[in-house]
Amino acid sequence: MPKIKSLEDLLKQKEAAKDKLSLRKIAEDDNIITLRVAMGTCGIAAGAKETFDKLLETIEEKKLENIRVIQTGCMGYCHAEPTVEVVEPGKEPILYGKIVGDKAKELIEKHILNGELLQDSIIGETHTSINE
Amino acid sequence: MSSYKYHVLICGGTGCTSSKSELIKDNLENILKEKGLDNEVQVVRTGCFGFCEQGPIVKFLPDNTFYVQVKPEDAEELVNEHVIKGRKVERLLYVEPTEKEKIDESKKMPFYKKQIRVALRNAGLINPDDIDEYIANDGYQALAKALSMTPEEVVEEMKESGLRGRGGGGFPTGLKWAFAQRAQGDIKYVVCNADEGDPGAFMDRSVLEGDPHSVIEGMAIAAYAIGAKKGFVYIRAEYPLAVKRLQNAINQAKEYGLLGENIFGTDFSFDLEIRLGAGAFVCGEETALIASIEGYRGEPRTKPPFPANKGLWGKPTIINNVETFANVSPIILKGAKWFRSLGSEKSPGTKVFALAGKVNNVGLVEVPMGITLREVIFDIGGGIRENRKFKAVQTGGPSGGCIPAEYLDTPIDFDTLTALGSMMGSGGMIVMDENTCMPDVAKFYLEFSVEESCGKCTPCRIGNVRLLEILDKITSGRATIEDLDRMKILGETIKDSALCGLGQTSPNPILSTMHYFKDEYEAHVLDRTCPAGVCKNLITYKIDKEKCVGCTACARVCPVEAIKGSIKQPHEIDQDKCIKCGACYATCRFGAIEKI
Repeated sequence: MPKIKSLEDLLKQKEAAKDKLSLRKIAEDDNIITLRVAMGTCGIAAGAKETFDKLLETIEEKKLENIRVIQTGCMGYCHAEPTVEVVEPGKEPILYGKIVGDKAKELIEKHILNGELLQDSIIGETHTSINE
Repeated sequence: MSSYKYHVLICGGTGCTSSKSELIKDNLENILKEKGLDNEVQVVRTGCFGFCEQGPIVKFLPDNTFYVQVKPEDAEELVNEHVIKGRKVERLLYVEPTEKEKIDESKKMPFYKKQIRVALRNAGLINPDDIDEYIANDGYQALAKALSMTPEEVVEEMKESGLRGRGGGGFPTGLKWAFAQRAQGDIKYVVCNADEGDPGAFMDRSVLEGDPHSVIEGMAIAAYAIGAKKGFVYIRAEYPLAVKRLQNAINQAKEYGLLGENIFGTDFSFDLEIRLGAGAFVCGEETALIASIEGYRGEPRTKPPFPANKGLWGKPTIINNVETFANVSPIILKGAKWFRSLGSEKSPGTKVFALAGKVNNVGLVEVPMGITLREVIFDIGGGIRENRKFKAVQTGGPSGGCIPAEYLDTPIDFDTLTALGSMMGSGGMIVMDENTCMPDVAKFYLEFSVEESCGKCTPCRIGNVRLLEILDKITSGRATIEDLDRMKILGETIKDSALCGLGQTSPNPILSTMHYFKDEYEAHVLDRTCPAGVCKNLITYKIDKEKCVGCTACARVCPVEAIKGSIKQPHEIDQDKCIKCGACYATCRFGAIEKI
């Protein structure tokens, strides 16, 4: 166990330990981007689990910190599974359908990093939620 | 971003541990391993989430799903549904008591909405047994910062913050430190008072169990500020989990060199030891606590001299309570101004309350000072159980008093509670409904004080016993109106003449209930009745002949065969035989038995 002899040592230790808490801190933060992957039976059958993994993988690869991926129940767009909803603070959520294979990576590269929508994959909302 | 997809946080406070939270963790880990998911899901046992009523609590992150009253056998379903299929386990979600609505995230719960967590910032978030998690959440940065300041600057910052001692007295912490800093002496001590003894209070235990490093760091900063090299945590042996976590935290801090010689490469050295108390209430009083650490009987002595000048082994000593120390690091790190932005003018910051009694959401809550009693009891606490009427709230433990409904909108801080004849105390808050008898409540607290009196001074040793005798006469219907006057005079005399805080405050429950609920005392004395229907000698059970269907259920449960009557005919209670146990009352399904 290395001794902590200065503030620099402490901050180094903090940096090394940061990952332990990142997922927990993100959950408490209201200013982060949430990617909601629909994982009802239909979603899972259509490959939502692979999409979920791909999103996480890309986030890790790009070292993005202000983003979380969570799973939700079926959003009702069974025809377009796997579906991913991008919820950015203060913005209208965008719902994407048929996010399979490289689409997941593309979603992060284009939408999250460049602020560019994946026009072909957007599904129009067909209902209003009582919570909004 | 860590490689885990989920973090599952399981409450590891004393409450949830006693409801098998450890077994839930083991089961989850085993099932995850079986299914090869142990690399995707991290299971962490944290400190208390505060929502003890609903424990054991299991929280899934990052989606913040909050499962309540989880049982070890639920582990498999949680893994299968939540982790593998991504579906929430509906039946384990919290149901809000007033609207009967299911709420899946803690953030959306009224219980959490008005809370601001400063002292409890890490409880329920980090693993208390892992120093790295504390460091990852800014831990020990305040100590590093304090060591770059002069001791005078540290004390000044504490003074400016306006932090007042959270143990109950509300004495300004910075001022206490300034006295000890100025006191002459080559050896000085820092002591943490973790002898939480108030009935119904468990905030200090929860801080130590959930975030022991915050107390260690606060103590180290205090030691630097006054020039101490040695500290003690005085903790009662009835808190084994807190002792274990604290000892582990001390060991880890020593390994990292955050306790010991030349901390952060400076010439500041500080070491910390635990001292176990046997759980005597009086040992929470600082001079008795000092005597106990020194190895003597835990008896108080007169002040002055104050411990800041002559404390442990006659050396300058500061004694602060657990919650006070937990507040120190955020103040140093974020500044006095930030701290003052929370709470009220004269009582800045937050206070942790242990909410108990007849409220729906029993638990640990941290709220900004100045919040009203109504907000705490009705918004956070979810109102009174079974929709009964609120009668009073008892604050400050045996040293405090009862506050009636008309003061529900009073903003809570040290001074307002004192003005109402009660006190902040360590933060116990016991809610009472209309079925509570106030003289009976006063008797409960006084019995506690009588049992816990160390016996050193006469007013406390003898005076409180006499008070209890009068209360006994009142609740059994043998008192006269003169007894009420006598009780008041005696109570005030004890307040003025007892040696230490225990004796000086022990009549408070009587005096405050006599002040706000005089009618109830008079009803006991003059009419020989107990309006709340609690005092056995003053109530009578009667059978309403119209409602009685003659089912004989009451006669069968009566242990003294006081109920007579033939089947399908109205029954009757023989008052001479009746021992008022209430068994018939609880048994009757037709509401035919009346309690008068």
